[in-house]
Amino acid sequence: MEYKQEQSKAAQEENSSFIRISNVSKHFGDFVAVDDVSLDIGKGELFSILGGSGCGKTTLLRMLAGFEVPSGGSIEIDGLDVTRLPPYERPVNMMFQSYAVFPHMNVEKNIAYGLVKDGLPKNEIRKHVDEMLELVQLGDFRRRKPAQLSGGQRQRVALARALIKKPKVLLLDEPLAALDKKLRERTQFELMNIQYETGITFVVVTHDQEEAMTLSSRIAVMDKGQFRQVGTPKEVYEFPDNRFVAGFIGTINTFHGSIASISEETLSVYSDELQLTLPALGTHPVEVGQEVDIAVRPEKIFLSRDEPDNPDDVRIQGVVDDLGYLGNRSLYRIRLANGKIVQVSSQNRRRSVTRFLEWEDKVWISWRPRSAVVLVD
Amino acid sequence: MAGSVNRDNLWQRVAIATPYLWLLLFFLIPFIIILKISLADPVIAQPPFTPTFDEQGALSISLDNFRFLLTDDLYAITYLRSVVIAGIATLLCLALGFPMAYGISRAREQTRGLLLLLIVLPFWISFLLRVYAWMGLMNNHGVINNTLLWLGVIDAPIQMMYTDIAVFVGLVYSYLPFMVLPLYATLERMDLDLVEAAQDLGATRTRAFWDVTWPLSRPGVVAGCMLVFIPAMGEYVIPYLLGGPESLLIGRVLFDEFFVNRDWPLASAVAVVLLLLLVVPIVILQRNQARDAEAAT
Ligand SMILES: Nc1ncnc2c1ncn2[C@@H]1O[C@H](COP(=O)(O)OP(=O)(O)OP(=O)(O)O)[C@@H](O)[C@H]1O
Ligand SMILES: [Mg+2]
Repeated sequence: MEYKQEQSKAAQEENSSFIRISNVSKHFGDFVAVDDVSLDIGKGELFSILGGSGCGKTTLLRMLAGFEVPSGGSIEIDGLDVTRLPPYERPVNMMFQSYAVFPHMNVEKNIAYGLVKDGLPKNEIRKHVDEMLELVQLGDFRRRKPAQLSGGQRQRVALARALIKKPKVLLLDEPLAALDKKLRERTQFELMNIQYETGITFVVVTHDQEEAMTLSSRIAVMDKGQFRQVGTPKEVYEFPDNRFVAGFIGTINTFHGSIASISEETLSVYSDELQLTLPALGTHPVEVGQEVDIAVRPEKIFLSRDEPDNPDDVRIQGVVDDLGYLGNRSLYRIRLANGKIVQVSSQNRRRSVTRFLEWEDKVWISWRPRSAVVLVD
Repeated sequence: MAGSVNRDNLWQRVAIATPYLWLLLFFLIPFIIILKISLADPVIAQPPFTPTFDEQGALSISLDNFRFLLTDDLYAITYLRSVVIAGIATLLCLALGFPMAYGISRAREQTRGLLLLLIVLPFWISFLLRVYAWMGLMNNHGVINNTLLWLGVIDAPIQMMYTDIAVFVGLVYSYLPFMVLPLYATLERMDLDLVEAAQDLGATRTRAFWDVTWPLSRPGVVAGCMLVFIPAMGEYVIPYLLGGPESLLIGRVLFDEFFVNRDWPLASAVAVVLLLLLVVPIVILQRNQARDAEAAT
């Protein structure tokens, strides 16, 4: 199946598991913040942990950093069991959600702190600090106190301070959350460059799916303390493992149905909602008759006024319920005969002042047979 | 529109002026009166000092009282003793108060309120009563001695009352809350991520405390120390009730000059010098802090 071919490149390259999280749990009293999580992360990966607020992302990161001791399970980094090591003995550094830049030290002292604690000679510390200041482009601000820096500059101080010890793993908790949109986009690429240049393994926690998609070599989607899917951004987006992941990452249209037949290539699903039998790709073993959802991304759906002629495509008629112009693309809400709304997104490739479709226009929606996936749970 | 802006301005000015007005009324004016008396001569009359302007309207002031303070060693020694005793009491309060404030600020939210309540609870009882209670505890036949005797730890009562120890106990006990509260306020506000960041970068728990927690709690330490040191310097009741007759402190001298000797001018001079002793270091401290802040820019 296609899914197999799409197997994560990163995972193949990094057969060695640099960070090995095995059956790790964290309980706060009765509350289970992280629930029996296992994960291998390869050397040099830029790995993202993506999930909604309160799903346990920070807690997991804090266990990697050594601020929380797991209630169960073990953590290995580069072959060393660190499960119970205090933070200052781990080959790991962390960039805090709040940045936690020391307010009483200037930029230079903040960045140098880790090396001073390691007892490096002064001239060497100075050399490394200069390197870091250059890397994060803060050379002109070395004597400033954090209070005199902008949010983006503070973020870079925090990054430089965490990088200067050349940790084996850098943990970043919502590194871009406090920045405005423009700065966030620019900083994203800076982060990726820095990761590439230093070759340090990055584990990034974020609740922003777009950020996770752009940044990462692989993503773990987390919910209620558990991983719901681990894979490359493409895998997670194109082949969501379950309804949660499908709904969490991007928008997706789902139709209820049951498996009609199974072939080597695709599954055929009868949708009671649409009263149609549709082809779809599966990623899980299924049986004939099993209840499933069929899911299609909005940008995989085409719109046309006339009936599309390719007989293999899924074709359904509807009317335009609502439309929105977003500059680079337009969003449409198409109402089907049974009242169900389907979201469609299309690129605005041609510049035109007149709209191609108007409210209540009759349209055909269609998608390729391999555009739909089956969601089991 | 214009009217409302003006009114806003007015209120702003009133708000800014209020503390100054307060200081003027209850601090500066009384101080000027005291200063004036300190420059007069004592007379047996009502009031017991010479007027600033004599019958001819000429200015009649002298620095005799201040000169007298310099000639008699007693005053210098007493001032010094007061500084030392208040200083030691302040350090003791800091040593006891810091761990207390730290513990409270790191306690669970529900417990925190209770612990703070316990800190301020003694204020519900009159200060004088609490000092008397300590007399009852530290007497030769007081609770502590009796208990120790009964337990057989000691054969004869330990002399606690009328010693410097008793003065320190009294001072520390009375002023500890003034140390704990400002310390708690700074520690509670402190971002715990900072301490964790230090640990993450290679500092042990102890190191992280000295590198981060301690320097960042400086405003609380300074405020607490001032709140303890200043009243302890002029303290009268505690040394009078708990201290020995030879433990003469400046508060006692001040009281005696005023009420026993009825030498108001000399007493006023003592008070003026005491005030300078307190104000000068505070001004220097604030200058330093302002300079630090400026150096940061
Ligand atoms: N020290 C603690 N004691 C009790 N509960 C905690 C503690 N730390 C975290 N939790 C709980 O564990 C859950 C997960 O918290 P965590 O901070 O890991 O979430 P998160 O995924 O990072 O969320 P966010 O995106 O909001 O930062 C939350 O419900 C939180 O209330
Ligand atoms: Mg978090």
